[in-house]
Amino acid sequence: MGPTLGRRSWDAHLLWLALFGIVFIVVLPLANALGFLSDYYLNLFGKYLSLAILALGMDLIWGYTGILSLGQAIFFGIGAYSIGMHMMLEGTGQGVYGEPVPDFMIWNQVYQLPLFWKPYTSFVFALGSSVVLPAALAALVGFLTFRRRLRGTYFAILTQAIAFAVWLMLNRNEMKLGGTNGLTDFKSILGFSLGQPATLRALYIFTAAALVGAFLVSRWLVRSKTGLVLQAIRDNERRLEFLGYNVASYKIFVFSVSAALAGLAGLLYAPQVGIITPSQVGVLPSLEIVIWVAFGGRGTLWGALLGAISINWLRSVLTATYPSLWPIILGGLFVTVILFFPQGLVGLGNKLRSLGKGRRIFLTTLGVAPASKVEGHPL
Amino acid sequence: MDTLLYVEGLSVSFDGFLALRTLNLILERQERIRLLIGPNGAGKTTLFDALTGQVKPDHGRVLFKDHVDLLGLSEHAIANHGVIRKFQTPSVFPDHTVFENMVLSSGRKRFLATLAARAASPELDGIARVLEQVGLLQQARARAGTLSHGQKQWLEIAMLLLQEPTLLRLDEPVAGMTRAEKEKTVALMESIVQRSTCTVMLIEHDMQFVRQIAGRGHRVTVLHEGSVLSEGSIDRVQSDERVIEAYLGRGTVSAEAEAPC
Repeated sequence: MGPTLGRRSWDAHLLWLALFGIVFIVVLPLANALGFLSDYYLNLFGKYLSLAILALGMDLIWGYTGILSLGQAIFFGIGAYSIGMHMMLEGTGQGVYGEPVPDFMIWNQVYQLPLFWKPYTSFVFALGSSVVLPAALAALVGFLTFRRRLRGTYFAILTQAIAFAVWLMLNRNEMKLGGTNGLTDFKSILGFSLGQPATLRALYIFTAAALVGAFLVSRWLVRSKTGLVLQAIRDNERRLEFLGYNVASYKIFVFSVSAALAGLAGLLYAPQVGIITPSQVGVLPSLEIVIWVAFGGRGTLWGALLGAISINWLRSVLTATYPSLWPIILGGLFVTVILFFPQGLVGLGNKLRSLGKGRRIFLTTLGVAPASKVEGHPL
Repeated sequence: MDTLLYVEGLSVSFDGFLALRTLNLILERQERIRLLIGPNGAGKTTLFDALTGQVKPDHGRVLFKDHVDLLGLSEHAIANHGVIRKFQTPSVFPDHTVFENMVLSSGRKRFLATLAARAASPELDGIARVLEQVGLLQQARARAGTLSHGQKQWLEIAMLLLQEPTLLRLDEPVAGMTRAEKEKTVALMESIVQRSTCTVMLIEHDMQFVRQIAGRGHRVTVLHEGSVLSEGSIDRVQSDERVIEAYLGRGTVSAEAEAPC
């Protein structure tokens, strides 16, 4: 005997993921290389997929663990700025002024490379800084807050305040990070010109593969016993403490993982989009991530993925036609989701499916074979 | 004789109100069930809270197994010493299945240990045995939120038993149960005595349930206004003048705490 978890059929999920991987890692780049898909659209997809990694991290901490972090964009920003700094340095000397510092520094009368910029000449350092720095920062913030039992709304407000502070700081030219203009005009990465479609295609493939990898890691995490604990924190934290769990260490861990994923997303985003500014790091972008996850379905990995891709796709379409309406539409979507389908797209899909199932059972009890029923196939 | 729990001069106050007044209590290791009764406000639940680290006592000492000082330990550290508590209201994880609730309760709780453990391959035999003991094996795949009130209480007891506690404290386990569920709980207590090694401390208002348990030779402690009023077998306690006075002298006897007759 031995009861099993038996929540749902997980193998089907892996099958879907394989299909997703084949389409996005293989088919789309191939179509692009053969000229069936324009460079513009492939690049757009690359952006969506990198944002989906950001949403996965948000889902782990908010959807699964129930901790609302309103500072995820900070970690995204660290990732994006880290690789951005590296690419700026790779392009120095090729600028208008020919000086050994990025152009924007000349405008601010900075002619010597600031000390903290220097390690970013190394690609490996930039990679590490994109992922490890956000995780370490999250661990520090988590250590200071979760161990003191700061939770719920207080944690959300604290992270929002940090996001605001970071945004204010980044806007200042004294930070030597480009001020409000941010970092842009990247020339190349590892010697490959960013103007070449082949470079962007490679970046796209890396992004799609990273997304599938992040999905697999997240999936492993939520299905491990740690995952059960995380979801139990969401549902009944006190009970868990009395079972003997040191809840704070789990929270610090999941916050760090979500931050690392956000950093990875930023790392993949900046080279493909070609610009990173403070406006992508502050309070509003952090809130938007919450909306993606809520729209797709919090507490399911597919929900995060679908939410990030669909809302950003919608944004691309609508901002092209009705740019001023976009914030209203986004807010309206959020309200609609909260009021009418709190489980998001995934929950809606499940509901429709079970409705369909209910109808089939109903027909069967009447002795009517539903048209869709395949011979020998169980209900 | 080993002492399992040694409580000396324990005082707890809330804004000047003395919930426990220099309470003394000793539990021997070979004792299997100790019943705590007393009128509302006698301090029964406060005593549990103090032993779990939820309220900080003003004075007093609490020694577990002669050497562990429970006061000052964190909640999860106390739990890891085998001093485990069941709350008054059922407290399970509603969105997890019965089985997953058991998985959360079993095995090691340290973060790195859980990262290595897969949710699907835990201590299956132990879980199945305890679920069978509380009569929930058939419901293993059900979401805990869908269980009846009594079943949730049993699930919580099962989760606690799985941790192989040394001192299991149950706070009104049969409150709100139907008569049939109460009967089943009496049998469950009996099976805990036979199949586990833990000592159970049991707060209960339901006097019929108390008599059924205590009738098997377990001691009863009566708390009143924050200290121990009487202690001994159920017959002795029930004939104690002071106990009768405490229950009857309060004018309004609460519905659950029917007077011993």
